[in-house]
Formats: sequence, C-alpha cells, structure tokens
Amino acid sequence: MSSQALQASNMEQLLEGIWKQNPVFVMALGMCPALAVTVSAFNALGMGLATTFVLICSCTLISMLRRFIPKEVRIATYIVIIATFVTLVDYIIQAVSLALYEALGAFIQLIVVNCIILGRVESHAAKNPPLSALVNALGMGIGFTIGLFALGSVREILGAGKLFGLSLFGDHFQPWVVMVLPPGGFFVLGLWLLFFAWLAKRKEARHGA
Amino acid sequence: MEHETLGQIFIITVLSSNLVLAMFLGLCPFLGVSSKLETAVPMGIATSFVMLVASLCSFALNELLTRFDLEFLRLIAYIAVIASAVQLVEMVMKKVSPALFRALGIFLPLITTNCAVLGIALFQTARGYDFAQSVAFSLGGGVGFSLALILMAGVRERLNLSNLPSVMHGTALSLMLAGLLSLAFMGFGGIGVAR
Repeated sequence: MSSQALQASNMEQLLEGIWKQNPVFVMALGMCPALAVTVSAFNALGMGLATTFVLICSCTLISMLRRFIPKEVRIATYIVIIATFVTLVDYIIQAVSLALYEALGAFIQLIVVNCIILGRVESHAAKNPPLSALVNALGMGIGFTIGLFALGSVREILGAGKLFGLSLFGDHFQPWVVMVLPPGGFFVLGLWLLFFAWLAKRKEARHGA
Repeated sequence: MEHETLGQIFIITVLSSNLVLAMFLGLCPFLGVSSKLETAVPMGIATSFVMLVASLCSFALNELLTRFDLEFLRLIAYIAVIASAVQLVEMVMKKVSPALFRALGIFLPLITTNCAVLGIALFQTARGYDFAQSVAFSLGGGVGFSLALILMAGVRERLNLSNLPSVMHGTALSLMLAGLLSLAFMGFGGIGVAR
C-alpha cells in the first residue's frame, strides 16, 4: 500500500470511531460511566479524556505485544494491562485535580470494566499493528468523549441552568432537577439514541427512494 | 456510616440506592439480557453469587494489601479475584447443572466485565465497611440487581406485544423504560440513601 492510501485508511478509521461507530450513540457501549458521571459538562470531559488515555495506551501496548500473548490467557493479560493504566490514571487525576477526583469517585477505577476498551482490544488491537491500533483507539476515544460531552452538557443546562459552572439563564431559571438525578441520565441518553436512530432511518429511506 | 445497621444497609442497597437504577452499575447486562424473563432470572442469580464471592475475597485481599502498604495493587488484585470467581462459578455450574450452564452460555464469562461486581468491591472498600456490613452490602447488591433485571424483563415482554413507532425499537426504548423505573425507585428515597 502506498503511503497516501495508508493515510486515507487511517483517516477513515479515525472517523469511524468518531461518527459511524460512535461507541455511545451507535453501539451503546460503555453505558455505566456514560450515565453515572455526566451530571456536568466538566465531569463528562474529564471522564472522556481519562478513558481515551487508557484506551490509547492499552491498545498500543497490546498491539505491540500481540505476538507474545498466548491465546488461552489473553483476556486475563488484557485486563491486567488495562488495570495498570487505569491505576496510573487514577493517581494522575488525584494529583492534578482533586475536585474532579472527588466528583468521579470510584468510576475512575471502574474504567477497567468499560466494555469499549476490552472490545477494542479484542476486536482490533490484538490483530493489527501498533499504528493502526493507536488511530483506531484515538477515534473511539474521541467518539466516546463527544458522546459523554453531549450527555453532560444537556443534563447540566437543563438540570442546573449552567454550562461549565457558568450560569446561562440568570436568576429566574427554575432548574429541572430531575435531569441531574439518575432518571434524567436515562432519559437524555434515550433521547439522543432516538435522535440517532431517526437519522439512520431517514438516511435509509432517502437511499431507498 | 457506623450508625447503619446491617438491615438498613441491605434495604438501602436493594431499593433507594439500587445498583442499576440509582448508581448506574451493570447497565450492559441490564440492557442486554433483560428481553426475556427466563434468561433474566438465572442471570440475576449467577451475578448475585459472583458478587457475594467477590465481595468476601476482596474484603480479605484488602486487609492483606493494607497490611503490606500495597494499596496501589488493589484494582489489579480485585479484578483478578473476580475473574477467578467467575471461572469457579462456571466450573461448578458445569458440573452441578449442565442445563443451566448451557442456557446462560456467553453471559457467564461476561460477568467478569460487569461493573456492578467490581463496583461492589470498590464501594465497600471506599466506604470502609467491616466484614458483616460487606456481606449485607453485597447481598443487597445482588438482590437489587436481580430485582431491576426481572422488573425490566417483565415490562419488555409486555411491550413486545404493543404497537410502537419503528424508530423507538431497541436501546432507546429500554433506556426510557429504565428512566421511568429509576424515577419509581427514587420514591424509596425516604428510607435513606447510601453516602
């Protein structure tokens, strides 16, 4: 493959994670952190970036090691590698921003069991060279972060009348509190999924016509 | 935390701080396995059992790791313990009840990546529960998870028979239902909420 074609395929893979195969809206993976921490746009961004970091590091490392990991114990090996990077992120966030650390709580450590990471590793990184794995992981990570941000900002605007802690509507805004409570998370994500399902349906209908 | 009795911890974990509907743990199996009652029930039981085993093991592990100042290994140790517990359940079930083993199929190994199980282990450490409290917490977690799964499966079975716009089918509808269930469970909030 010429270098130009390689670049094009890399670009395509990047976009696939961000849009076509968006982990939150299209594949509905990694729901637990997506709902639990997205009460504000800031938390959502923090969680998205932390997950992206773990995703990129573990995919690249596993892709480099893919010839040395025996097939029988591969899942255990992947989990240990992912857990190592998650522990790293846990300590980094604690050092950089204590407020974020307290807001995210145990959900930072729960990145280990985020199905997006294990899914990417198993279906892509374990079979492809490091560069391709890196690009794929980056795309998925960005897609996940965008998904979380879309959830978090909607919930913060509706539930608290703020975005990134800045008041948007002045003093007369009556916050729609249920949106920052657990049911609101389910409702907002459900509405986003509905929107994307509607988009897909419309596209299908247009192609059919 | 020390003012809570064991019964309170159990009830709160089942109802007002339900793992699935209030804490958002274990959503993947909750959305994936909840389309039929006959898979939801065994899945709930198997997950509850793994939760109990994982909770007991991680309590012991935490004592050990704290004694040797190795807290940074906690996460890796917990996940290894959970993976082995799932493996154990799988072997026992294969021996004792091959029919149930076949019925659950792929969902059994997937319990490893169920965040509710790891969540139980992490939260009991974070809240500093003692041994009896940990047992009550994990039992409550298991019952709460099964309850949410079974309720959801019941509602979804009914919905299969109703007339819906085609764009609503799938995960979006399940999430809306989960939101309504979660709203209902918030009504138990008066009992008290786990901090």
